[in-house]
Amino acid sequence: MNVYVCIKHVPDTAAKITIIDNNRIDEKVTFIINPYDENAIEAASGLKRHITDAEIIAVTVGKASAEATLRSALAMGADRGILIRCERNPDSLVTARAIKAAIERDGKPDIIFAGNESIDSEGFQTPFRLGVAFNFPVASNVVSFKLEDRRVTVESKMNAGEMAVIRMPLPCIVGAGKALNQPRYPTLPDIMKARKKPIQTIDLDRLNLPTAAGSIQIDKLRPAVDQRHAKIIEGPPEAAVTELIRLLKEETRVI
Amino acid sequence: MMTHIGILIETTADGIKPALNGVITAARGPEHKLYGLVFDGKSAAYKDELQAFGIHKIVDIQSDEGLLNWNPDCWARAMVDALDYFEIDTLFGLTSFQTKDVFPRIAALLDAPLLLDCIGVDLRTLTAEKSQFSGKTIATFKLGGTHYLFGIRPNVIDPQPSPVTAEVLSFKTKISEESLTVEAVKEDAGDAIDLAEAPIIIAGGRAMQNAGNFRILYECAQVLGAAVGASRVAVDAGWVPHSMQVGQTGTTVSPNLYIACGISGSVQHFAGMKTAQVIVAINTDPQAAMMQNCDYGIVGDLFDVIPILTRRLKSALNDK
Ligand SMILES: Cc1cc2nc3c(=O)[nH]c(=O)nc-3n(C[C@H](O)[C@H](O)[C@H](O)COP(=O)(O)OP(=O)(O)OC[C@H]3O[C@@H](n4cnc5c(N)ncnc54)[C@H](O)[C@@H]3O)c2cc1C
Repeated sequence: MNVYVCIKHVPDTAAKITIIDNNRIDEKVTFIINPYDENAIEAASGLKRHITDAEIIAVTVGKASAEATLRSALAMGADRGILIRCERNPDSLVTARAIKAAIERDGKPDIIFAGNESIDSEGFQTPFRLGVAFNFPVASNVVSFKLEDRRVTVESKMNAGEMAVIRMPLPCIVGAGKALNQPRYPTLPDIMKARKKPIQTIDLDRLNLPTAAGSIQIDKLRPAVDQRHAKIIEGPPEAAVTELIRLLKEETRVI
Repeated sequence: MMTHIGILIETTADGIKPALNGVITAARGPEHKLYGLVFDGKSAAYKDELQAFGIHKIVDIQSDEGLLNWNPDCWARAMVDALDYFEIDTLFGLTSFQTKDVFPRIAALLDAPLLLDCIGVDLRTLTAEKSQFSGKTIATFKLGGTHYLFGIRPNVIDPQPSPVTAEVLSFKTKISEESLTVEAVKEDAGDAIDLAEAPIIIAGGRAMQNAGNFRILYECAQVLGAAVGASRVAVDAGWVPHSMQVGQTGTTVSPNLYIACGISGSVQHFAGMKTAQVIVAINTDPQAAMMQNCDYGIVGDLFDVIPILTRRLKSALNDK
C-alpha cells in the first residue's frame, strides 16, 4: 500500500520576519515542518502499525533547504522522501500539479495525507487541487480517521457545533486537522535512522507541468503594524471594571 | 460591463449568518450585479435582509429531488453549474468551515485562483489582501485567470446597507454520483457559537487552571452574547476542545471585542486574534505581551475581575 504525505518547509512561527524588495521575506530564518503536516505523518504512521506492507513516502515542493524538513518527516516515520526542487515559491495551482506529476512517476497512490493548511501562506487549497488533478475524493479538516476494507471514514468539522461523518473509497486524500492526533516526536535513534533513508530530488522544471488557467501571485508584502496604545486601567477591581465598561460602551462602542 | 458576482449565503437555524453582511458589502461595486446563492430553500424569507444589503438576485439552488443536503463535493458542483448558468465569474463567501471546504473544490474544478481569509478585495485591479506568516505580514495578491474566488475574514469589513429591489429565482442543478458521501451530521458539543464569526470573544489561558474554572468565562460570555476561546495551553491540558483554540494552529478570529484572560500573548496566540478591533487583557503580570499590546488592560487576578465584570455587565447591558 502506497501512502504519500505532502509536507511543507515553513518559517518557524516565532521567527522574526524581514521583508525584502517589498515582495518576499528574508529566508535566513529557522524553518520547521508545517505543524499540521506532523499530524498528517502521524496518521500515516498509525496506518503502518496495522498494514504491514504500507510504505510512507513524504513529498515536498521546495528549495534545496527543504531537505531538512523531509528528514524530519523521515524521523517521524516516513520511509523515503521526494523533493521537488523549485527556486521560486510556486502558487497552489502549480504546487498541486507538481506533486501530482511526482507521485505519478513514483507509484500508484492508495492514500495521500496532507496538512489541512500551511501556517506560512495559509492557502487551505493544495489538497483539493491535488484531488481534482487525480480525480480522488478529498476530506479536509479531519479530526478522526478510520480505514476499513479500503474505505475511509473520517469526521470533519462542518459548522459550529456540527461534525460531518464522511466516507470515501481509496484512493483518496485526507487533510489532517490539529485535533486528529498527537504527533509523537522522534527519538535520537529515529533521527539517526532518518539520515540514511533515501531522498530523491526532482527538478520542478523537468516535470513538464501542464499550464494552469489561473494564478495567485504576491504583488506586495508589507509588515503588519499592530502596535496598540495599551491603556492600563488602574485602581481596585470594582473601579477598574466600572471604567472598562464605560470605555467599551462610550469610547469604542463595542458593547 | 456588468460583472456578475456570486455570494454564498450561509445560513443557520437563526437565519442568515450576521457576519455575511460585511461580505456582501465587500462584493458591491457600481457595475456589479450580485447573486445570493442559497442552499436551504428559504430564499423568499431572506429577501428583505438581502436586498437591504444590495443583493439583486437571490437564487435557490436545488436539484430535481429537492434540497441538496450537505456534501461538499455536491455543493461545489452545484455552484460551478450555477456560475456557468448565470455567467458569474467572481465568487465571495465568509471564511467559515463550510467555505473552507467548498470554495477550494470550486477553485480546483475551475482551475481558478482562490484567496481565503481576505481582509480586503479590489476587483478593479483583481487584488486582495491577507495576512501571512503568523499575521506578521500583509500580502497583496494579484489574481490571474477567468474566475476568481474570495473568502472574507469574518467581521473585518464594516457592513453598510445599500438597498435595492431583489428578485428571487430558482436554479435546478443535476446531481451526479459522488464518491464522497456524508453519512451523518453529528452534534459537536462544546462550541455551539462559531468562534471565527462571533462579534465578541472571551478567552482563557493557562491561568484558568482547570476545565471547571472555564465556567466563569461562560457566565460572562452569556451576558455579552460572546463565544469562549482558549490558548493552546488550555487545549493541550485537555480543559477545552481544540475547536476553541485561538491562534496559529487554531482558529483565526477578528471580533469587535476580544477579552484575553490569563493569556500571556505569545506570537502564535496573537497570530489568531491580532486584527480584533478592541483587545482587553486581564492579567496579573503588567509586563505580559498581551498587556503591552492591548487597548485596555486590567492588572489583576482574573478570578477576582471576571465575576465582577459579569455582574457589572448584567446591569450595564440591561439598562441600555
Ligand atoms: C508551532 C506552534 C504553534 C502554536 N500555536 C498556538 C496557537 O494556535 N494558539 C496559542 O494560544 N498558542 C499556540 N502556541 C503556544 C504558544 O507559544 C504559547 O505557549 C501559548 O500561547 C501560551 O498560552 P498561555 O498564554 O495560556 O500561557 P502562558 O504563556 O503560561 O501565560 C499565562 C498567563 O497568565 C497570567 N496569569 C497567571 N495567573 C493569573 C491570574 N490568576 N489572573 C490573571 N492572569 C494570570 C500570567 O501572568 C501569564 O501571562 C504554539 C506554539 C508553537 C511552537
